[in-house]
Amino acid sequence: MDLSLTPEQEAFGATVRAWLKTNIPREWKSTGSSEIPRMEQYEFLRRWQRTLFDAGFIGLTWPKEYGGRGLTFMEELILQQEMALAKAPPILNVLGVGMAGPTIVAWGTEEQKKRYPEKILSCEEIWCQGYSEPNAGSDLASLQTRAVKDGEHWVINGQKVWTSFAHVSEFMMLLARTDPSAPKHKGITYFLLDMKLPGVTVKPLRQITGEAEFNEVFFDNVRVHESQVLGGVNNGWAVGLTTLMYERLTLGFGLQVRLRIALDGLIDLARRMEKSGRALTKDPVMRQKLAQLWIDTECLKYTGARAITKLLRGEMPGPEASTGKMAWVDTHQRLQELAMEIEGPYSQLWKGSEWAVEGGVWPQSFLRSRANSIEGGTTEIQKNIIAERLLGLPKD
Amino acid sequence: MDFGFSPEQEMLRATARKFLENECTSGFVRARMEEPAGVTDEFWAKLAEQGWLGLVYPEEHGGSGLGFVDLTVLMEEMGRVVMPGPFLSTVLLGGLAIREAGSPAQKKEWLARIAAGRARTTLAWTEPSARWDAAGVTCAAREDKGGFVLNGTKLFVLDAHLADVLVVVARTGEGKTPEDGVSLLLVPKGTRGMEVKLLPTMDQTRKLCEVSFKDASVPADALMGLKGRAWPTLARVVERATVALCAEMCGGAQRVLDMTTDYAKIRVAFGKPIGTYQGVKHKAADMLVDVENAKSLTYYAAWAVDENAPEAALAASMAKAYVTDAYRKVAGAGIQLHGGIGFTWEHDLHLYFKRAKSSEFTFGDATYHRERVAQLINL
Repeated sequence: MDLSLTPEQEAFGATVRAWLKTNIPREWKSTGSSEIPRMEQYEFLRRWQRTLFDAGFIGLTWPKEYGGRGLTFMEELILQQEMALAKAPPILNVLGVGMAGPTIVAWGTEEQKKRYPEKILSCEEIWCQGYSEPNAGSDLASLQTRAVKDGEHWVINGQKVWTSFAHVSEFMMLLARTDPSAPKHKGITYFLLDMKLPGVTVKPLRQITGEAEFNEVFFDNVRVHESQVLGGVNNGWAVGLTTLMYERLTLGFGLQVRLRIALDGLIDLARRMEKSGRALTKDPVMRQKLAQLWIDTECLKYTGARAITKLLRGEMPGPEASTGKMAWVDTHQRLQELAMEIEGPYSQLWKGSEWAVEGGVWPQSFLRSRANSIEGGTTEIQKNIIAERLLGLPKD
Repeated sequence: MDFGFSPEQEMLRATARKFLENECTSGFVRARMEEPAGVTDEFWAKLAEQGWLGLVYPEEHGGSGLGFVDLTVLMEEMGRVVMPGPFLSTVLLGGLAIREAGSPAQKKEWLARIAAGRARTTLAWTEPSARWDAAGVTCAAREDKGGFVLNGTKLFVLDAHLADVLVVVARTGEGKTPEDGVSLLLVPKGTRGMEVKLLPTMDQTRKLCEVSFKDASVPADALMGLKGRAWPTLARVVERATVALCAEMCGGAQRVLDMTTDYAKIRVAFGKPIGTYQGVKHKAADMLVDVENAKSLTYYAAWAVDENAPEAALAASMAKAYVTDAYRKVAGAGIQLHGGIGFTWEHDLHLYFKRAKSSEFTFGDATYHRERVAQLINL
């Protein structure tokens, strides 16, 4: 067991640190509360990701020939940590970098691999994820969006929902049913869908925060060329699942980092807010809660490090790779609840009020955090998966 | 970076598991619960033979010179079988205090004998105030005729009735801070004026004592390290013992999870194994998350201690705070999912539930360690 870095890795960290120091735009103000890019920040974040790309600080583990750096998870981890310490802005093309790119690298034809990944990293093309449907959420495999073959094209009809970034995306990772007679997991195909195709309609979906971060996407006889199938017809379930582990690990690491930024922000907030004439950080109950969040946040880092060690050793990821999402959700929701407790009555004030604390960002991120235990697999589904796949409990 | 165990450590784990499954059965543990000794001489000799009693001591003192990451593997396996006996008290409290604070002569006298299984020791630290901070040390060691005279009461002392020598935390003076004036003294068994009383405990696998001193005299060379300056050393010893205890707790929690999932696969209710029901599945999944998180923090703390990392104290407190809650929750959930059978004396679950409880209050509970975390991160 050795958690220290090699001299080369130390040097890499120093390079990243120095670069971040001079390149984080002055206008960026980390509030500490937000983990999701906000709509008004999109243009800024698009430029920021481009800057990262030009400097070679994104897609570190992707192969060089597809725009990456061909480095290991270690460099990725170091990068993420330095970004956290510097309170750097998040990247915009989260789903492209976290999911679409690695999936295409794993399953794509040479043509597809040359065409897409690099533009994902540079943020020239933003991606969204067309998985969930009104009647297929937790039970994703029962999705009903249909794709019917017509010559060299597939004709798509149906609807997706909860599609973040759809309104700004160039492409979608689309799961559609290509064989309705096959068992439900076997008749699904993974398409790389151009969002500009005729028949694609995006409708913003207003959410609990009042914003429209998500969308509904409707497909009305959308004709997709067969060259846009990824990983073979009726193989979509396997394609979608392959990179899930990768996604969980890299997104997981990113999430841990954002969590740490949020926690630092929360502690700053607690230092400034007073209760009965003393800073909240001096309140014994508050100290207990903040310390627990600190412990839980650090814990995610070490659980992630255990999982990544297995990957680096070429072993199968163990239980620690699967528990991360649940642990993150629990910690983040608790963090947001605590922010409300720290703000007290001020947590009621929304942006626009001059009395709102820090412009009202915390109430907004508090509301947003309610989705954490639903998106990317509800906590209930995660628990079923853990119980069945890791503990071997019988399926119903 | 490599945050995993080496092939040698995995081998140690396999050896330990096999040995303990054979030698430390539930029957053995239950027999030890019923008697004061807590261990048999035969079993203790075998631990010495395995080289485990001197695992973390230097080779020059009969040890193997291994570290706390190695020890973590062993402790997990010991926790897995709720191993009784004075391992924690002898190897990781008294023995470690001698390793850290003892003079060359004191080390020479005791460490090799401990490693060989020929001497047992413990640390007499906490008092009836049940405080884990320096202000809790009130037992007085007054200088007298070149030696020290002890007066006061130590409580919750592990295995004092089995110890050939006790490392006693005493106050030799007052200073600007409570830490000033704390000293360590080596007090042999049978010292006049020292009385050791074995206390009935909820966790019968852990033997706790009251040790009282009434004008008990020890010579000047009983002093370990500098007079009145022992608190940092004591903290270092306790920090290390805490990490080892966390590893033991992880092993116990993992075993409870294993027992529970095994049971959920075979116990049938309403025509199906109970593990089919989501009410059971979700609780089991929660247990797994607790166990894995507990391990992550414990392994990190073990590494930090081995490396003498500046954050070792923080790492140890983070681990103890988390593992304490995790083991208690997991052991409780284990009983719940077993239903009535889990509540019986016959089933082994109560051994784990009680060990979780006694471990909770050994070296500071979760609330105490969270406050320490708060201090160490400058809240």
